[in-house]
Amino acid sequence: MSDDLQALIDSLPNLGSAVVVTLEMTIGGAALAMLVALVLGFGSRTRSLWVRGPSRVVIEFFRGTSLVVQIFWLFYVLPVFGFKMEALAVAIVALGLNYGAYAAEVVRGSIESVPTGQWEAATALNIGTFHKVRRVIFPQAWALMIPQLANLLIQLLKGSALAFYITLHDVYWWIDELQRDTRDTFFSYGVGLVIYFVIAYILTWGMNWAEERAKRRLGRGTRPRLRDVFGLKPGVPTEIARVKGGVA
Amino acid sequence: MNDDAIWNWDTAWDVLPALLRGLVVTIEATVVGMVIASILGLLIALAMRAPTRWVRAPLRFVVDFIRMTPLLVQLVFVWLLLVDVPPLVIGFGVLGVHYATYMSEVYRAGIEAVPRGQWEAATALNLPKGRTWRAVILPQAIRNTLPGLGNYAVSMFKETPYLFAITVVEMYQAAQQYGALNFSYIEPLTLVGVLFLLVSYPTSLLVRRMEARLA
Repeated sequence: MSDDLQALIDSLPNLGSAVVVTLEMTIGGAALAMLVALVLGFGSRTRSLWVRGPSRVVIEFFRGTSLVVQIFWLFYVLPVFGFKMEALAVAIVALGLNYGAYAAEVVRGSIESVPTGQWEAATALNIGTFHKVRRVIFPQAWALMIPQLANLLIQLLKGSALAFYITLHDVYWWIDELQRDTRDTFFSYGVGLVIYFVIAYILTWGMNWAEERAKRRLGRGTRPRLRDVFGLKPGVPTEIARVKGGVA
Repeated sequence: MNDDAIWNWDTAWDVLPALLRGLVVTIEATVVGMVIASILGLLIALAMRAPTRWVRAPLRFVVDFIRMTPLLVQLVFVWLLLVDVPPLVIGFGVLGVHYATYMSEVYRAGIEAVPRGQWEAATALNLPKGRTWRAVILPQAIRNTLPGLGNYAVSMFKETPYLFAITVVEMYQAAQQYGALNFSYIEPLTLVGVLFLLVSYPTSLLVRRMEARLA
C-alpha cells in the first residue's frame, strides 16, 4: 500500500496536465456543443423547410451514430480526405457535434415549452424578432434547459475518456500509467474514478449555480437549500422531463 | 484493387459479413444489458424508498458514483480485476449496472407520478403492502417508464462500441480488426456508422411513437 502511495505521489505532476487535457476537451466540447445546439435547435423550428430539413438530418445523424464511431472516423478516415486535425481538435469536434445534436433537442424542446402568450405579448409590444428571442423567450427557455444541459455536460465529460485511444494524455491515460506503475488495478482505477467523480461533482455545482442565477434573473429566484446547492442531481422539473427526446 | 479511388465497393462487400456478426454481438449486449438494467434499476428505485437513511445515503452515493464516472473506465477496471470472467459477460454486467443507475431515476419518477389517490384507495381497501405495490402502484408506474426505457435502450445500443476496450468483437472492433489487417479503415468505419444509423434511427422513431401514445 505504501508503494502505491509513493507511485501516486510520483505521478501527481502528470495528473495536473492530464486533468487540464480532460477539462480542455470538456469545456471546449461543451462550448462547441452549445453553439451547434443553438444553431440546430433554432434551425429545427423555423418554418422554412430548407433550414428545418437539413437541421433535422444533422441532428438525427449525430444522435443516431455512436460517439465511438464518430471519434474514430474523424481520427482515422478524415485524414484520407485531406483534413488532418490534431488529436485534441478531433476530440473536441467529435464531442461537440455529438452532444450538440442532443443539446439541440433540449434547446428546441425548451423553447417550445415557453408559453405562446410570451411570444404574443412580445409581438403586441412591437419588439423585433431578434430582441424578442434574446430578451424574452431565450432567458425563460434557458432556465428550463439548464438541468438537462447539466446531464449532458456530465455525459460529455464521461465521453472524453475515449480520447485516450486517440493518443491524448487525459485523466484516463494517467490512470493507465498509474496502473502500470503500481500493478494494483483496484488502487489505480479507484483513485482515477474518484478524480472523474470530483470533476463531475464540481461541474454539477457550477450548473446548479447557473440554474439558480437564470431563475433569479427571471424573478423566480428562491433561496436554495444547502441540499439543492450541493446535491448531485439537479432537480429536473417534471414539465421538462417529459419533453420529447429529453432523456438520454 | 485500384488505389486511387477513395471508396472501394469490393472492400465494403468484403467487410460486411464481419460487421454483421459484430452487429449481432452489439444487439445481444444491448438486450442483455437492458434486461439487467431494468430489473436492477427497479430494485434500486425501491430500495431508495427505504424508511431509514442508513440504507438510502450509501446507496445514493454508490449510484451517483457509478452514474458520474466514465463507462469506459469502469469497463476496463472490472475487466482487469476479474481476469477469469469472459469479457462479454463483463460487458453485459457493467453496461447493465451502469444503465441501472439511470433507469432507477426513471422508475423513481414513474413511481412518484402515480397519483396519491391510488395509495389512499389501496389503504382504504385494506390491501397489504406487497399487494398494493404489485397490483396497484407498479403496473401504473411501469407504464410511465416505458418511453424512458426505450430511450435508454437506444442510448445503450450506441454505447456498446465501448466494449472494444475489453476485447469484445462487436461491430466497431470487427471494423478495427479488418482495418488493421487490410490497411483500409474508410469502408469498415463508415459502414459501422451507417449500420448504427440504420438500426438506431428506426428504433428511436418507434420509441417516439410509443411516447406519444402513452403520454
